[in-house]
Amino acid sequence: MTTADTTRPVTGTRRLRRPRGLTAHVFLMVAVLISVFPFVWTIVMATNTTEDIYKSPPKLTFGSHLLENIRHMLNTIDFFGSMLNTIVVAGVTTVLVLFIDSLAAFAFAKFDFPGRKVLFGTLLVFMMLPLQLAVLPQFILMSEIGWVGMLKALALPALANAFGIFWLHQYIQNGVPDELLDAARIDGAGFFRQYWNIALPMIKPALSFLAIYAFVNAWNDYVWPLIVLTDPSHVTLQVELAQLHVGHTTDYSMVMAGVLMAALPLVVVFAIFARGFIAGATEGAVQGS
Amino acid sequence: MSSPPVTGPATVPEHRGGPGPARFRPRRTPPAGTVRPSRRGVLSHWRQYLAISPFYLIFIGFSFFPVLYSLYLAFQRYDGLGTKQFVGLQQFEFLWNDPVFWLSIRNTLVIWVLSTVPTLFGALVLATLLHSVRRFKGFYRIALYVPNVTSIVAVAIFFGAVFSNNFGLVNAILGTVGISPVPWLSNPWLIKLVIALLMTWMWTGYNMIIYLAGLQAIPTSIYEAAKMDGAGPVRTFFQITIPIMRPIILFTVIISTINGLQSFSEPQVLFASNAANQNVGGPGQAGLTTLLYFYQSAFLNNDYGYGAAIVWAFFVLIMVLVVINWRLVQRGRKS
Repeated sequence: MTTADTTRPVTGTRRLRRPRGLTAHVFLMVAVLISVFPFVWTIVMATNTTEDIYKSPPKLTFGSHLLENIRHMLNTIDFFGSMLNTIVVAGVTTVLVLFIDSLAAFAFAKFDFPGRKVLFGTLLVFMMLPLQLAVLPQFILMSEIGWVGMLKALALPALANAFGIFWLHQYIQNGVPDELLDAARIDGAGFFRQYWNIALPMIKPALSFLAIYAFVNAWNDYVWPLIVLTDPSHVTLQVELAQLHVGHTTDYSMVMAGVLMAALPLVVVFAIFARGFIAGATEGAVQGS
Repeated sequence: MSSPPVTGPATVPEHRGGPGPARFRPRRTPPAGTVRPSRRGVLSHWRQYLAISPFYLIFIGFSFFPVLYSLYLAFQRYDGLGTKQFVGLQQFEFLWNDPVFWLSIRNTLVIWVLSTVPTLFGALVLATLLHSVRRFKGFYRIALYVPNVTSIVAVAIFFGAVFSNNFGLVNAILGTVGISPVPWLSNPWLIKLVIALLMTWMWTGYNMIIYLAGLQAIPTSIYEAAKMDGAGPVRTFFQITIPIMRPIILFTVIISTINGLQSFSEPQVLFASNAANQNVGGPGQAGLTTLLYFYQSAFLNNDYGYGAAIVWAFFVLIMVLVVINWRLVQRGRKS
């Protein structure tokens, strides 16, 4: 405890530095507990009966009623139907966003063409606008073309993902060397071959980040599905979950079983890809600043 | 999936141009004196226009045009079925005198302040702590980021259960130490507090990750120099870390302003606001945020013109706050 350090005149520094490692870990662990607690407590509620939750004090340990609660929940709502809807919408959205955004980002990042700056600038401005400005006309548009209540009405607006283009643009600019494109061009590769054979393979890390980002967003999206899916029997998971909550406020253990089942797939997906995803999220944010 | 995107200056030498038709030539910062692309260039770049067209067609149809159209709607009276009727500034006049609109603005601002301040402060503290430790870094990052990928609906239902007036965990814990049940979901201030807590829980980890990246980008030599000059950790933090981090802090403040003011799902799910339940925003409308009021006006009451007016007035408010925050953070630099 007496690492003499005479070069430093400030004595307080040493006192603070010594236990910093431990203190930092203690604070971080508390933060982790707060961050993880809702997941644990959701499981506690979903494995107990509603009476146990209502009891005072409530039961604090895991119970044995999980399957019963899940069965009850499955009988109440069309859980797997709405989950299938969600998977289809999120999947289609993700694949199309990846293709549309990478193609446009490649053109913006590596080629000069008249209007490039204006077009890209418009995109950046709209990236900052609150989406809600467009929601009402989007709904009117959907009812004009008769898509209200349909799943395709969900995917279409999500395809104009300005963030994805901006983000891939930054990545391609620095991550795809011009030499490679020059060489490919000399070998006779046109624009689309340069995109498909050279740029795409090189931006895989960026694409996988965007894939998870788009999928998570589509999976968790609530506002737009709530507005446009007017038929209560044909909705996405989030809307179904909210309906379950509204209709059965008295049966909390069942509602919590639904919450658990709806949140779990995403947490698993996130846990698998978390490292790369967080690295990607960070880069996007730092470059955006 | 593991390697993060390349940042920093491109490692590409400054060799540009080369033979071949212009349309295939990769673009880089053109050397001085390069002629701008001519009119003829438009046609020769049809491949690039084709490449960006899928995005721009959807963008124009579902973003650009709708934003302008909602501005047009704000000057109409329209219920979605009958004909539109031009009413000039009447919607905005009504808005100006609508106490519920101002209540919703107040609610939104209170929730925003109650959530953004602890979120950004907590994120900065956690990022500093995380930057200082060596072990379990990856674990901490993932565990603290998880709330941000959880769905708002699930989180709102959970918070509703935990803060329930009658059987919530929080009141049960308070009860064991002899505190009588707190009306979390019926007192106007506590309603806002619960919503703000929910948002803080969801967004602290996200901002922490961004701050952490900023901290990691600061060269250690600066800290060594400060140490040589005898600066303690607190002084180092305020005189070196904060000033260097200023652009990143500015970024998070602006993102938090735009996102934090758009609270909608949290109160909507928490208080089950739908057509059947006209008690939108909870008891006393204490959780009625501006976007929730917009939803109520436009989609529950079918008053499209008024909904458009609300959302545009709200947009102006967001922009004003963004500019104010920008100024505040910028002015901090000079002092």
